Amino acid sequence: MSLSSQASDGSGVLAARELTVGYRSRRSGDRLLLTDLHLDLAAGELTCLLGPNGCGKSTLLRGLTGLQAPLAGQVTLDGRDLTALSSRHRARLLSIVLTEAVDGGLLRCADLVALGRYPYTGWSGRLQPADVAAVRWALRVTGVEALAERRVDELSDGERQRVLIARALAQQPAVLALDEPTAFVDLPHRVELAELLRSLARECGLAVLLVTHDLSLALRSADTVWLIEPSRSDGLPAHLHVGAPEDLALDGVAGRAFASDEVHFDLATATFVARPGQLGTVAVTGVQPAATWVGWAMAREGLTVIAEAAEADLVVTATVAGGRRSWQMRSVAGISEHPDIASLVGAVRGLLPTLASVSGAGEQPRSVQRAQQS
Amino acid sequence: MVAARTDHAVTTTTSTALTGLPGVSRALALGAAALLAVVLFVLTVAVGSVSIPVSEVVRLLLGQENGEQSWAVIVREVRLPRALTGLLAGAALGVSGLQMQTLFRNPLADPFILGISAGASLGVALVVLVAGAAGTAMVGGLGLLGNLGVAGAAAVGAAVVTAGVLALSRRVTGPATVLIVGLMAGYATSAIVSVLIYSGFGRLERIRAYVAWGFGSFGGTTWSELQVFVPVLLVGLALSTATTKQLNALLLGDRYASSMGLHVRRARLGIILAASLMAGTVTAFCGPIAFLGVAVPHLTRGLVRSGDHRLLVPAVALVGAATALAAGLVAQLPGTDAALPLNAVTSLIGAPVVVAVLLRLRRRGAAVLA
Repeated sequence: MSLSSQASDGSGVLAARELTVGYRSRRSGDRLLLTDLHLDLAAGELTCLLGPNGCGKSTLLRGLTGLQAPLAGQVTLDGRDLTALSSRHRARLLSIVLTEAVDGGLLRCADLVALGRYPYTGWSGRLQPADVAAVRWALRVTGVEALAERRVDELSDGERQRVLIARALAQQPAVLALDEPTAFVDLPHRVELAELLRSLARECGLAVLLVTHDLSLALRSADTVWLIEPSRSDGLPAHLHVGAPEDLALDGVAGRAFASDEVHFDLATATFVARPGQLGTVAVTGVQPAATWVGWAMAREGLTVIAEAAEADLVVTATVAGGRRSWQMRSVAGISEHPDIASLVGAVRGLLPTLASVSGAGEQPRSVQRAQQS
Repeated sequence: MVAARTDHAVTTTTSTALTGLPGVSRALALGAAALLAVVLFVLTVAVGSVSIPVSEVVRLLLGQENGEQSWAVIVREVRLPRALTGLLAGAALGVSGLQMQTLFRNPLADPFILGISAGASLGVALVVLVAGAAGTAMVGGLGLLGNLGVAGAAAVGAAVVTAGVLALSRRVTGPATVLIVGLMAGYATSAIVSVLIYSGFGRLERIRAYVAWGFGSFGGTTWSELQVFVPVLLVGLALSTATTKQLNALLLGDRYASSMGLHVRRARLGIILAASLMAGTVTAFCGPIAFLGVAVPHLTRGLVRSGDHRLLVPAVALVGAATALAAGLVAQLPGTDAALPLNAVTSLIGAPVVVAVLLRLRRRGAAVLA
């Protein structure tokens, strides 16, 4: 079954023009979260609406899906003004997976997915053969056929998300919007869900909009990212950047949007790391990937990892011999051998006070004080 | 070959799940509930201060009047109206309880608990006091127009309280808090009714009738009241079958329902209308019946193991009818001259169900008292 007949083959099946979203308030004036947006959601693509918590992602999603009236501007769905569509017509073009918990009670998964046929069935909700076919198709493409007879409240979080996506697909929409669908799902299943959404977009010509605050997930899976960068000063609207995830990462926009005083986005590893420590420097050499991992452990202890072994306070070398890993540490205190990172870290903690006095740090960071007390 | 067969098996199980037809076991459960309701209906006609053999009752109900004349009169004028009242009241209270539970997304919602019966009482009290009916019963001797007026006032009173409690319940969280809101609405409304009845307007027999009415009874209706009672409840039940699709969508919450194309406000209004019409009318003619509305949907869900309202609405109607008739029979205390207040019996059935539901909510980790 193909959905491409409903999705326009060009771009912008869901489009925003001069869209402004926020909250109306008589008392303190309107609070504008995002202003003058021009957005096009492309069919056949997975688009991630990405941003830190509380930046206005959900508000924008509600505005784009007609659940909340925009403060200004226009949203079109399949070329027609969203506000002019009947709710039934809108439901045939656009379906949603929400964050909120669903209390399915005694509903079986097949019943829940069949609810997606709501905008197609008559007054009694009785399913016609075409409806049954659509429900079966939705169960199949999301890989939850085997769960059809199970009760919704017996499912794991990951399974329930798949069933909810199946329900949204049963609406046979052109646009599928999901609000933080991965919030309660563990990491491997999160990646799996994103892959499922991308293949659905590709194979069914669906425009998928995934709202998430999970930067690494968006970087891995999205075709296009709509990134919300909160304004640095309170009360001003945020910026929205559009681009391929890699472009946004390399331009530093992704890092800026999520950065704080405590962490920064490390381009090399595509992860967030704590600001480099001030306690000393360490150079890490030896076999990979053991060397990389020991570097993370050193950073956690408040050391800055540098490349030049000659300039470092500490040098850690990772070796693998006979299938056994070992770590050698060289410092002013001499050379020591360690069978695992835990014992290496213990030795580094013992050295830190010496390092601090050698490098002449005036004020001791808290981690050193803690190390001395223990 | 093996793969193909497995595939086929999956397809067939899915197809029974999706056509919405009740499976064999569900059809059996529905049939059993219907049979039970019929048996209890016949027993209700047979049992009372004068015992009539069941075979005679069946003959009389089938319209063959060749037995003892006094039996025919008793059946026609007393027992049959009582059995019909119990049957329809039970079905109506059960279905309106089911609608409230889905509408409020609260497994403990029911017309009695949420003060909706009290709202109906207020409507009834106003009409009876203003119309100044002369009868000794709370509602009686009013004639067709008066009965219609009472049913209408009760439904309006019920709807006003439902809408009010619903509006309040959206500002608080937790099923138990909504319950407290409903209880308070009920107390306040009942207090107004008491003030109306006891002060000024109250003649002694009216006060006595009001107190007796508060115990609940299926025995206070004659054919004259049934002329209004039966058609109004049938209309309410018919309206309810039209709300099943909306109720199913509302199971997922307002936002999902609206994303699927449901006009949430309109649906809510229709459901309140049907539920209030039924709960109000039953309250007007039988008194505020305790706990049937909350207990019956849970008993039914246990029986049919489904959350699909297309199955639940008819099943709840049947189980409600059977439960009400059974409670009425027990209240008669067959074999003795005494009779229990109907509400004593329904509370004995309903209160444990409420406690069981609360315990289950706790086990599921829902914040009951939040």
